[in-house]
Amino acid sequence: MAGNTADKIQGGVLGWVDARFPLSQLWNEHLARYYAPKNFNFWYYFGSLALLVLVIQIVTGIFLTMFFKPDAELAFASVEYIMRDVEWGWLIRYMHSTGASFFFVVVYLHMFRALLYGSYKKPRELIWIFGVLIYIVLMAEAFAGYLLPWGQMSYWGAQVIVNLFATIPYIGPELVTWIRGDFLLSDATLTRFFALHVIALPLVLLLLIVAHIIALHEVGSNNPDGVEIKAHKDENGIPRDGIPFHPYYTVKDLVGVGVFLIAFFAVVFFAPEMGGLFLKPANMIPADPLVTPDLIPPVWYFTSFYSILRAVPDPFMGVVAMGAAVTILFFVPWIDRNPVKSVRYRSFAHKLNLAVFVVTFVSLGYLGLQQVTTLYGELTLRFGVMYFLFFWLLWFHSKERSVLFSIISFLVLVGIYSLYDYTRFDPANSQLLLTAWLLPTVYLFLTMLVPVFKRDLGRDRPVPERVTA
Amino acid sequence: MKSLIAFLALAVMVGVPVALQAAGPSVPLDAVKVDVTNEASLQRGARLYFNYCMGCHSAQYMRYSRVGRDLGLTENQVIHSMIFTTDEDGELVNPGSLITNAMTADYGEEAFGVEPPDLTLVARVRGEDWLYTFLRGFYRDNSRPLGVNNIVFDNVGMPHPLWELQGWQEKHLDANGVSRLRVVEPGRMSGPEYDRAIRDLVTFLSYLAEPMQVERQRIGVYVMLFLIVFLGLAYLLKKEYWKDVH
Repeated sequence: MAGNTADKIQGGVLGWVDARFPLSQLWNEHLARYYAPKNFNFWYYFGSLALLVLVIQIVTGIFLTMFFKPDAELAFASVEYIMRDVEWGWLIRYMHSTGASFFFVVVYLHMFRALLYGSYKKPRELIWIFGVLIYIVLMAEAFAGYLLPWGQMSYWGAQVIVNLFATIPYIGPELVTWIRGDFLLSDATLTRFFALHVIALPLVLLLLIVAHIIALHEVGSNNPDGVEIKAHKDENGIPRDGIPFHPYYTVKDLVGVGVFLIAFFAVVFFAPEMGGLFLKPANMIPADPLVTPDLIPPVWYFTSFYSILRAVPDPFMGVVAMGAAVTILFFVPWIDRNPVKSVRYRSFAHKLNLAVFVVTFVSLGYLGLQQVTTLYGELTLRFGVMYFLFFWLLWFHSKERSVLFSIISFLVLVGIYSLYDYTRFDPANSQLLLTAWLLPTVYLFLTMLVPVFKRDLGRDRPVPERVTA
Repeated sequence: MKSLIAFLALAVMVGVPVALQAAGPSVPLDAVKVDVTNEASLQRGARLYFNYCMGCHSAQYMRYSRVGRDLGLTENQVIHSMIFTTDEDGELVNPGSLITNAMTADYGEEAFGVEPPDLTLVARVRGEDWLYTFLRGFYRDNSRPLGVNNIVFDNVGMPHPLWELQGWQEKHLDANGVSRLRVVEPGRMSGPEYDRAIRDLVTFLSYLAEPMQVERQRIGVYVMLFLIVFLGLAYLLKKEYWKDVH
C-alpha cells in the first residue's frame, strides 16, 4: 500500500507523530519553508525579541507567583522576602521588573518599524490591528502588575489611573467602585489585579500573539523596500527574494538575542532601578492611603499618553483625548493611503513627518514624568496637538496634494489652534505662548507648504521591482 | 533613517539626566562615597545602627543572621551585639528572626507625633547623600517640642540620637546669607570623626537596603563575559549560514 511506503520513508517517531498531528507541516509552514524577504535590517529584530521578553516575563512571573502574597498586609513584605530570603529571588524579581520596561522598548521599536516600512498596509491590516490590541493588553498587563508590590507609587499610580474612569459622566463613580471592588483602593483591588495580571491578561495576550503570527504567516512579511516578494517566484513557486526563516533568520535573530541580552542583563545587574525610571525610589515605601506622594508620574512607558491626558484642561475630555491617542492607531492602515510602503521611497515631507513624530512621542514621554509648570504645560499642549497632527499628515501625504488644498488646509489647521490660543491669551505669558505656537506651525509649514514651493520634496520616488540587496 | 536614530539617542541623552536631577530637597546635599565591600566600615555602621537607631527604627524585612553572615560576624557576636529584642517568654529572639523592635505605631505617634519609619529600605528611598546630610544636619531649635530640628528634614519628629557623639550644632547665616551649621557644644567625636562615623552608618544602611548589591555586580561581570562570547559565536554562526545568500 502507498501509505506503508510513506510510513517507511518517513518512519520512526516523527512519522508516527505526523500521522496523528501535523508536526512536520507546522514546522515547515512556520519555519523551514516560511520564506522571509532576504533584506531584513536592524528594525526586524524586535518581533522575535518581543517573543523572547514574553518568555522571560512568563518564566520569571511563574517563580515570583510562588512566593508573592497577594494580600495588602503581606504583599510589600513578600516582595522584600523574595529580594532577600528566596534563593536567587532578587535576580528573578529584577529580571521581571526590567523585563516589563524592555517589553515596551522592544514593542515601541517594533511598532515604529511598521510605521517606517508601511507594514500595516494592504494586505497586512489585520496584523497591525492584532498588534495594536497586543499593545493595549500589554499596557493593561503592565498596569495591573505595577500595583502588586503595593508600594506608594503602585498604590497612587493605580489610584490616578483607576480614577480616570470616574470622569465618565453618570456611571463614572459607580464604575470606579466596581473596578476597585471597594470604596477605596484596597486589598480587594490587589487580589483582582493579581488575578488579571497572572492569568486573565496573559491568556488574552498569548491568544492575540498567536493570531498576530498566523496573520503574518498567511500574507508573508513586509521588508525595508516595501515590495511584495511573492510577486516574483521561481519555477518551484518559491519567492526569488525569499529565504527560509529557519535556519537563516533563526541564526540571525540569535545575534539580535545576544545584543539584547547584553543590554538587558547590564540593566538587571548594574542598574536595576535605571535611575528611577524602571523602579521608583518612592515605591520602596509601603502603600499608605493617608499619605499622597508629591509627584505621581506613571512608569515611563505610559507617560506619552499621560501627557496628552494632562494637556486637556477638562478631565473627561482629557480621558477622551488619551483614549483617542491610542485608538487612532487602529485606523492607521486606512489613514495612510499612499501605495508606496517603505519610507525609502517616500517623499522628504513624509520622512520629516516620521522624524518629528519620534521627537513628539519622546518629548511627551519626558514631559509626562515632570511636575507641570507653565513652560512644561504649554509644551505638553503643543506636542499633544502635534501627536494628532502626525496622523493628519499621514493621510495628507497619501498622494500629491494640489497647491490650493495644501494652503487652505494649512490655514484651517493653524487657524483652529490659533483661535484657541486667542481665547486663552494672557499678556503675562505672551512670549512663551507665541514661541510655543511656532512648534506645530513650523511643523505644518515644513511638511505641508514647503512641498508646495518645492515640488520635489513632496514627491515619492519610484519603487524597485525587486528588493535591493 | 540615521537621523531618526540620532534623534532618539539625543532625546534619551538629554532626557535621562534631567529626569534624574528633577526630584530633590531644597538644601544642597553633601556628597558621600560609600563602599559596601568594606567589611570594617559595614561593621562600624552596624554597631551604630544597633546601638542608636533600632530602639525606634526596625529593619523588619532583614534578618539578624543575614547581617551577621554578610558582615563576617559569628553567631555569638550576632547574639551578643545585635539582638536586644525578646519574645513573649522574655528570651532573646533567635538570630534567624527579622529585625523588629518594641516600638508600636501608637507609641511612636504619642511620643514623636509620627511612627518612626522602618529603615530597611531607607537608603533606596532617600539616597545615600540625603542620609549623610540628614544625620549630620541636626541643630538646636527651641521652638521644636524636642528642642531639635534638621536642616534637610524641616520640623523632623525625631530627636538627635547621636548628640553625645556629635555634640550640639546651631544654625546661623554666613556672609552670603546661606544657612550653615556650627558645633557650639562639642561631643565625644571631632567633626571629621563624626563625619566618618556617619559615612559608616550610611554604608550599612545602603547595604541593608540592597544586601545583594555586591553579589549582583560580581555575577553581572561573569554574565556579561558569557554573553559577549555567546554573541561572538552567534555572529560567526550567522555569517557561516548567510554565506550563500546574495
